[in-house]
Amino acid sequence: MFDLVWLIPLCPLIGSVINGLLGKKIKNETIIGGIAAGSVFASFMVACGILFQLLSLPAEQRVFEKTIFTWIQSGNFKADIGFLIDPLSAIMLMVVTGIGFLIHLYSIGYMHGEEGFYRYFCYLNLFTFSMLCLVAGNNLLLMFIGWEGVGLCSYLLIGYYFHKKSAGDAGKKAFVMNRVGDFGFLLGLFTLFWYLGGTHNVWTVNFRELAANADLIPAGALVTAVCLFFFIGATGKSAQIPLYTWLPDAMEGPTPVSALIHAATMVTAGVYMIARMNFLYIKSPTALLVIACVGAATALFAATIGTAQNDIKRVLAYSTVSQLGYMFLAMGVGAFGAGVFHLMTHAFFKACLFLGSGSVIHGMHHALHHEHSDADPQDMRNMGGLKSKMPITFITFLLATIAIAGIPGFAGFFSKDEILWQAFANPHHHQANILLWAAGAVAAGLTAFYMFRLVFMTFFGKTRLSDKAFHHLHESPWVITVPLVVLAFLSVVGGYIGVPAVIGHTFGNFPNYFELWLDPVFAYSKHYVEASGAHGVHNVALEWGLMGVSVLIACGGIGLAAALYLINPGFPEKFVAAFPVLHRAVYNKWYVDEIYDFMIVNPCKSLGQFLWRGFDVVVVDGMVNGVAATVRGFSGLFRHVQTGFVHNYAFTMVAGVVLIVGVYLFR
Amino acid sequence: MESIFFLVVAAVAVLSSILVVTCKNPINSALSLVMTFFCLATFYVMLDAPFMAAIQVIVYAGAIMVLIIFVIMLLNVKAETGKRGTHAVLAGSVLGLFVLFLTCWFLIKGSLTGVPGTITKAQIVAEGHTELIGKAMFTEFLLPFEITSILLLAAIVGAVILAKKKI
Amino acid sequence: MLALHNYLIVSAILFAIGTIGVLTRRNAIVMFMCVEMMLNAVNLTFIAFSRYLGNIDGQVFVFFVMTVAAAEAAVGLALMIAFYKNRESIDVEDINIMKL
Repeated sequence: MFDLVWLIPLCPLIGSVINGLLGKKIKNETIIGGIAAGSVFASFMVACGILFQLLSLPAEQRVFEKTIFTWIQSGNFKADIGFLIDPLSAIMLMVVTGIGFLIHLYSIGYMHGEEGFYRYFCYLNLFTFSMLCLVAGNNLLLMFIGWEGVGLCSYLLIGYYFHKKSAGDAGKKAFVMNRVGDFGFLLGLFTLFWYLGGTHNVWTVNFRELAANADLIPAGALVTAVCLFFFIGATGKSAQIPLYTWLPDAMEGPTPVSALIHAATMVTAGVYMIARMNFLYIKSPTALLVIACVGAATALFAATIGTAQNDIKRVLAYSTVSQLGYMFLAMGVGAFGAGVFHLMTHAFFKACLFLGSGSVIHGMHHALHHEHSDADPQDMRNMGGLKSKMPITFITFLLATIAIAGIPGFAGFFSKDEILWQAFANPHHHQANILLWAAGAVAAGLTAFYMFRLVFMTFFGKTRLSDKAFHHLHESPWVITVPLVVLAFLSVVGGYIGVPAVIGHTFGNFPNYFELWLDPVFAYSKHYVEASGAHGVHNVALEWGLMGVSVLIACGGIGLAAALYLINPGFPEKFVAAFPVLHRAVYNKWYVDEIYDFMIVNPCKSLGQFLWRGFDVVVVDGMVNGVAATVRGFSGLFRHVQTGFVHNYAFTMVAGVVLIVGVYLFR
Repeated sequence: MESIFFLVVAAVAVLSSILVVTCKNPINSALSLVMTFFCLATFYVMLDAPFMAAIQVIVYAGAIMVLIIFVIMLLNVKAETGKRGTHAVLAGSVLGLFVLFLTCWFLIKGSLTGVPGTITKAQIVAEGHTELIGKAMFTEFLLPFEITSILLLAAIVGAVILAKKKI
Repeated sequence: MLALHNYLIVSAILFAIGTIGVLTRRNAIVMFMCVEMMLNAVNLTFIAFSRYLGNIDGQVFVFFVMTVAAAEAAVGLALMIAFYKNRESIDVEDINIMKL
């Protein structure tokens, strides 16, 4: 089955090409959706097969590399198109193809009746192909191709409703910010390649070869620089401070796009990249500290913004940014396995949340349409009491929310708790650890608060819709609810493969299966840390204690949300009236977009204007027009030679002869 | 003796050429030109080229000038009236004098570098000038001769077509 | 036998006078006659050189020059007749519609 790994990216690519070229002719929505979803399902089957084959092998042999062909061979540099199968890429493949398939299925129902139906599925398949290249590629260049490809498809899909100016703007914003990050990625790639090749004559960008030669790279300024460059790329792609502002705007795209790209797959590319390059990152404590701080700060910052938003998708977008902050926090403290685990569980419950919100919006849109009202179907202030009318959506949404809030027993609890414990107990950043843990804990409380605020405002209480509209609300069709059910189920049980060791040992010697599975990938880092002699904290009682603290914080958040939005619905307005400045700042996203506009965007625009008016029009056009004007001027002078008089011509001829003869004579 | 004769003929030639340029009546110009041609024919005889002298009189004075006089009479060209632009006259004269100056300078400063050939006066007298020219023309210069005949054909056709009333 | 340069000086004078005539006269036929005079001056040069270098080639060339001059005369005068039909004048200063 390993040999068929090339089928995994190929099937979505074929689906994309067919839908792109022939989609307009195939008018039947079922066929288009079937081709798209079917191709991803085929990839999913192959990925399952690969996973089972990996499981059957002993741990040391779980690595397989297949080269399709050599792409570039130039002097010392060789890059091929090839795929690497190891435990990390197997997980990523399952997540991408599995959730991708569910979202393709969901989209068939959600995008029903849209004019650009085939275009949507073409782009979605192209995105899946790029993402699969990213996670399965065996060298940095192929990963970069996938990296750029997902950025492109993100732009195409965010700007799907291109008739709306806001959608086009959001797409451009996403692409430009991604490109800024990609520049950092390229700088890191070049520096690493140049260093290894120039100093040690190892010319490669292949992951396994890089890992095998990792000992050649000394700890110091160079490896810190490389790590930070790659991290800049990760901040762009995975929406961390400072390059996160594109993600909330990206909610202009259709909801399944938000679910797939901005919850489950593209934004996790940065996390995957750091996990892949863990042998570099472990050598640079400075880079790890930077990553951890940025992650923790983002988690906290985004959580604060999420508490005041009214658009259901915006809340989820800021929640995504915040949870990604958690993943980077994990990476930054050296807990690579925990970060990848949170990536997986987050994919489950965030996709479920987004798809659920899509179902809600779908229903609201339908209901408001009947009433001929143009109220915003995405604004939570127009919702309320939906649980009686959309029960399946409600239950799946509630399950996913409980998971994200970190209630014990559900998937989010195990992953988030592991991260918080590692933040506290890791051997790398001794003084900063407690601050990192505190930031993470506060963010967890805020997460629980605003997620349950969302649930209470949307599903509970008295409805704020009119009676006529409320009457027309109904549950979504099966293509929408079946993926919701599957994802909710995974949100509940998906965490049990990664139960932290401390809990597992209490209930009967169960190890952390997920961490064991990923051990071969992070083995180098583990040895490096042990060899350096750094010690983490290993206190079982402390670990249980901190776990309890985080559960308490989560319950506190839920309680506060219940108090404010369920029991005493009038209180929030009084709170807002009491702190108007604070509320305005938080509601307006701490004015970060405005600051960027002022500091970066407007100077760039002015420079562009100047270069256009001052340089392009005056200098370039001036030169071109000047040449033409000069020619015209000269020809205007010369045409006076043609007088039409024979005498003038004869005179000129004789004068010319005299001149030439004279020159010869007197030379 | 010979030089006096040469001087007289040269003076007549120059005088009649000046008359060509300055006469107002075109008939007068034409007749002066005929006079010049006759002087040139005399020069050719003095230069031991009697055949060329004969051809000069027959073709130039006899055919071309007759044609020109016919055309002048056909078009009834009157004597030139009206003021001539003095700028043109002045510029033209200056340039013409400059041409004269250049050619004289050539004459004074230059030297004869051609390779002398074999045709001497004795041979011309012995063999006959016409025969010598014929020998050269029909052997070495046969191709130009044939081309010239085609040229004459083209000239005939052209002249007929250009001057017709209706084509 | 006279020196060569005598004939050459006469030829030069005739050529210069012909040039002045071409640049000065307005009547097209008189201009043409001056051109013929220039050609004849050159013919004289050729024959003088041919005589003094003992080479017959010069005289053959003069032969051809005369032939070409004859053809040129025929065509040129026909052209002037055609022009006269259009404009009733053969003053070259009236022939100036080809100016820019």
